[in-house]
Amino acid sequence: MADTLARSRHDVGNDRLLMLLRNMLTQRAVDTRGFQLNRQGKIAIAMGSEGHEAVQAGTGAAFVRGKDLLYPYYRNTGLILACGFPLDDVFRSQFARATDRTGGRNIINHITAREMGIASISSIIAAQCTHAVGAAYALRLRKDTGRAVFCQFGDGATSEGEWHEAMNFAAVHRLPVVFICENNRWAISTPQSKQMVNKDIAAKAVGYGMHGVIVDGFDPVAVYSTVHEARERAAVGGGPTLVEAKCYRFLSHTTDDDDRTYRTREEVEAQRKLDPVPRFEERLVAEGVISEAELTALRVAITELVNAATDKIELEPSPEAGDLYSNVYADTYSPWL
Amino acid sequence: MAVATSGTTTMNNVEAVRQTLYEALKADPRTLVMGEDVGARGNVFLITKGFIEEFGPERVIDTPLAEASIAGIAIGMAMEGLRPIAEIQFADFIYPAFNQIVGEAAKTRYRSNGDYTCPLVIRTPYGGGVHGALSHSVSIEALFYHVPGLKIVAPAFPADIKGLLNASIDDPDPVLFLEHKKTYRLVKGEVPNGHYTIPIGKADVKHPGDQLTVVSYGLYVHQALEAARQLEGDGLSVEVIDLRSIRPMDRTTILESVRKTRKLLIIHEDNKFGGIGAEISAMVAEDAFFDLDAPIRRLCGPDVPAMGYARTLEDEFMIPTSRMAESMREMVAF
Ligand SMILES: Cc1ncc(C[n+]2csc(CCOP(=O)(O)OP(=O)(O)O)c2C)c(N)n1
Ligand SMILES: [Mg+2]
Repeated sequence: MADTLARSRHDVGNDRLLMLLRNMLTQRAVDTRGFQLNRQGKIAIAMGSEGHEAVQAGTGAAFVRGKDLLYPYYRNTGLILACGFPLDDVFRSQFARATDRTGGRNIINHITAREMGIASISSIIAAQCTHAVGAAYALRLRKDTGRAVFCQFGDGATSEGEWHEAMNFAAVHRLPVVFICENNRWAISTPQSKQMVNKDIAAKAVGYGMHGVIVDGFDPVAVYSTVHEARERAAVGGGPTLVEAKCYRFLSHTTDDDDRTYRTREEVEAQRKLDPVPRFEERLVAEGVISEAELTALRVAITELVNAATDKIELEPSPEAGDLYSNVYADTYSPWL
Repeated sequence: MAVATSGTTTMNNVEAVRQTLYEALKADPRTLVMGEDVGARGNVFLITKGFIEEFGPERVIDTPLAEASIAGIAIGMAMEGLRPIAEIQFADFIYPAFNQIVGEAAKTRYRSNGDYTCPLVIRTPYGGGVHGALSHSVSIEALFYHVPGLKIVAPAFPADIKGLLNASIDDPDPVLFLEHKKTYRLVKGEVPNGHYTIPIGKADVKHPGDQLTVVSYGLYVHQALEAARQLEGDGLSVEVIDLRSIRPMDRTTILESVRKTRKLLIIHEDNKFGGIGAEISAMVAEDAFFDLDAPIRRLCGPDVPAMGYARTLEDEFMIPTSRMAESMREMVAF
């Protein structure tokens, strides 16, 4: 493992390493805040991505802003932040404010940011995968080269028929897509062993005649290097790649779930020992990229940003009841009432 | 294919679909057609015959045999600025795409509060009377018309097909475009040359009358018209409204007609329970109850899972013109 890190370290400068760290710390702080707000009864549900920080920071670092498109899934708060989505807007989504980009319509983490290339998603598992492929086809048809589409999903999503159809079509047309599976080993309470016989999801790529690669999802640098390489290949017409980032879901599925009913504390604790956030902090300190004092200051600064965003957004208004009726169709629509 | 710009041309429904698609591909580089066997074979009804040679395989896409992704990929294309015209080979095969059409296409604009839109057309041949049995005869409109965010069009005449297909392609929202396959070669008519559109959501009074309103769409409009003409010979005056669009529905035209004739008969091939006729009946009962001189009647497909293959079974499902005429007479006399 250390070897991979050392090798992939070469083309990753200190600026990028600090960017990765900053994003990972922000994800952790946003997650923690979400759970606090839920316990305080201020937001109806929270969904954490603890354990996915390295996957999402690394993927976000490989995403080329202004060029690439992202079809995320619901656990991608860290990734959208890494792709440039504003922190305030994350909380607007959590608080379901009128100022939320979906006007408070969508449940937490289901955002939209067309101008940043971040697609609107539903909660329907794997439904965004065919959309990502269609978007990649549009880039191809317009001869819009040098761009790629990122398609995110979990391990459970790979059991869906639509996921298979998306992979297959992308391979047939050699489309510029990077499929990134955030394999956290669980789909709510269902372990990977009940989803599939394969140990490695990347092995499924073989069936489609597509590149498949496994990466340590607790190592942001390795994820960055792997996704970057897949992205570069896609953008020049080299076809799609399935990247499997092996990580873990440290928390329950959402605040409405209790993982003690289906998995042991020993399993969770063993994974916690590999927590990518402290591990990456220690590494950057050891390599002299950041000092202990700077790290402490960075943590404080991020907490302050999160506090400021929470305090500000909480005061913003909820959508008007009448907003329920807009944007059904392009033209004014009066429902039969 | 030559593209004339003035006058009219006589053509059948298949030719109307074909000509409209052709002109759209010619006029707008954002358009493309995609579906099973639409390329070299030119679609199973030969609607897109020759297109792949003229427009190339990138805009005439022979897709893998996978309906969910035909819809889903078309949605992604539409979200990214293309104008895909996707085909489901037969309406009977649309069920795997239900998730994408209902859960995704219909909600793209709403979910993103207008940030993303889904200007997509899904065409599909539907309907029976062609010995198609259980899986080549279904009507699917009632499964989809419950869904806000979708538009559903089911024209029955070549001129309406052209105008409404053009409108569907231009429309910024997803449109399900239903083509009754029995009318494909059976129905001929004059079609204006050149580009024109017919607004989605506007019904058409195909035969004026003042003693009874008949509302129908698809194949049965043609039979209802034939029945109305028969009754005309006996001095009975029946107004036949061709809905053309199922969602949004033209309540104004329906209510105006019912207020004039004071009687309403709804005829459709899809089965009765929860069908389009149920919604029209409810709307008229709510808004024009005191204008009615007779109970509303519905003449519809029977409440069985499908029409059978044997001629006797298919005939039992389909409604003959004579039965339409009989119902019309009864209602006029009521
Ligand atoms: C089509 C569909 N079926 C079921 C669900 C309910 N559901 C929400 S998340 C989830 C588990 C998904 O697991 P995975 O894809 O591994 O992603 P993870 O949540 O672990 O990141 C399920 C079953 C859904 N949202 N959509
Ligand atoms: Mg999972």
